[in-house]
Amino acid sequence: MNTAQPAMAPPRARRRASHARVVIPLLVIGLLGIGAVIVPFLYDYDPLHADLLVRLKPPGTILTDGSIAVFGTDQIGSDLFAEMMAGTRVSLIVGLSTLLIAGLAGGTLGLIAGYFGSWLDTILMRIADIQLAFPSILLAILLVSVLGQGILNVIIVLSISNWVIFARVIRSQVLALKSREYVEAARTLGASHFHIIFRTVLPGCIAPLLVIASVEFGYVVLAEAALSFLGVGAPFGTPSLGSTISAGTQYLSSAWWISTIPGLLLLVLVLATGVLGDALRDHLDPLLRSAR
Amino acid sequence: MLGYVIRRLLLAIFVLWGVVTVVFVVVRMIPADPALLIAGQTATAEQVAELRQQMGLDRPLVLQYAQYLGQTLAGDFGRSYTHNVPAIHLIGQVMPNTALLATLACAVAVVVSIPLGVLAALQVNRMGDRLVTTISLVIQALPGFWIGVVMLLVFSRTLKWLPSAGLIGPQSLILPTIVLALPFIAILTRLTRSGLIEVNGEGYINTARAKGLSELTVVFPHAMRNALIPIVTVTGLQFGTLLGGAVVTETVFSFPGVGKLLVSSIQLRDYNVLQACVVVIAAAFVVVNLLVDVLYAYIDPRVRLSK
Repeated sequence: MNTAQPAMAPPRARRRASHARVVIPLLVIGLLGIGAVIVPFLYDYDPLHADLLVRLKPPGTILTDGSIAVFGTDQIGSDLFAEMMAGTRVSLIVGLSTLLIAGLAGGTLGLIAGYFGSWLDTILMRIADIQLAFPSILLAILLVSVLGQGILNVIIVLSISNWVIFARVIRSQVLALKSREYVEAARTLGASHFHIIFRTVLPGCIAPLLVIASVEFGYVVLAEAALSFLGVGAPFGTPSLGSTISAGTQYLSSAWWISTIPGLLLLVLVLATGVLGDALRDHLDPLLRSAR
Repeated sequence: MLGYVIRRLLLAIFVLWGVVTVVFVVVRMIPADPALLIAGQTATAEQVAELRQQMGLDRPLVLQYAQYLGQTLAGDFGRSYTHNVPAIHLIGQVMPNTALLATLACAVAVVVSIPLGVLAALQVNRMGDRLVTTISLVIQALPGFWIGVVMLLVFSRTLKWLPSAGLIGPQSLILPTIVLALPFIAILTRLTRSGLIEVNGEGYINTARAKGLSELTVVFPHAMRNALIPIVTVTGLQFGTLLGGAVVTETVFSFPGVGKLLVSSIQLRDYNVLQACVVVIAAAFVVVNLLVDVLYAYIDPRVRLSK
């Protein structure tokens, strides 16, 4: 590990600025999370219900029942705002579950490989090499086309194509921590492997894990949207931001809002996690490089 | 140097074998029976059985695998079920388009991002830097397919400056190139910036400044050479992302490339073509990374001497 970390505390103004970089993205993500849970209920949103009288209405239209379609309606007359929030729900579910699965699996494997080394490490890293030879979206497309569409399959596929990043980062962190004095001390005192891994090495892996998780979250959300856009992600009847944007491309000349506004929401969500990841990186480990 | 190249080459061959094997396993996992797909709904059970025998599907999996490895090595991925021509021919037709698109996007990204990165590095934590860093952060968060749709809406539907689909001339390349280059621009800009900042404190840079060289001479021949090292590596690694991005970008713009072919082969359940597309894209990525590794050792002698 490099020991040349900045020793002096940052000036107060900069510290406040970096607090804002953590708080604001968390606020945005939190608001979107709450919206994703309650808005579809409030609107009584049903993805399969078509109301052809109010289809393709521009943003701000007052509908027949007196409600205002803030972002307009889509090609089957659904309120675009409610549809987007239902899509955000899918994005968040896929993003969080994938992080959990890929993080746990990749993190554990990285921990084991880094700690025990030898042939286990070699095998793991060779598998990682092969897997990194696939552009990750390509691997996802290939697997989804085999497994079939569906939210669960998307989560499985994205976990498979993302565990490597976690494994690699944790492995290199473990390799760095393994020779630290406090770990050596624990070993000299006769601590079991279990104790050394969970009590001395693992705490040192939390910071890079958090950073990678926040960066990966954005990639996973974008990947889900891309899969759904290509028609191999969320199945028919499950609104995803990607499939809403895809459906809107048929109506670009007559209803520009169907494709554009959900994309802006996606941008805001991914940007928030990106800013959060950057801020965490600066806070926790200024020397941790992007794993991509 | 030769030993290093040979080691890299062996690793590349190993990785290619892995890719081909993974594709074999995954495609065999597909629940549909390829013989049934070809024979069609109206075929009798005997016809299907005969076809299975012809295609070698009734043989043990190990034999099938051996045969598949041999055929793949010879570039034979079987026939396309829908077009009834060898899958590799379909790829041969569209591969040059994708290669052109990827090369153009790479070139645009390098030309745009290196000056931006230099500008940011010269102005660390001042206006120029803040602006460049923020822009690259936003670009990185852009959904590629969405920005493609937005550009279509603005430049071809509304302004009618550019064609909206297909490949009907050089002007068809403009939008796909930009969309494909965008994420690359963001990453390269950040890397150029951080690479330059990192070497900034080194002794030889101070010496160059102390000699009274202009800032431009300090940056370009001196600092850039070391800053280039991570840029070259990441360019290679990101080439895969670029190829993956091509799948989405080509679909948005109906651009006749390997990515578009891949997506349509999924829709048509044309598994031989799907298989061929995946292998070809992954192979391109492996070859580019091999070249990058060699180039990397050439730029930085420490790499080839270390192991």
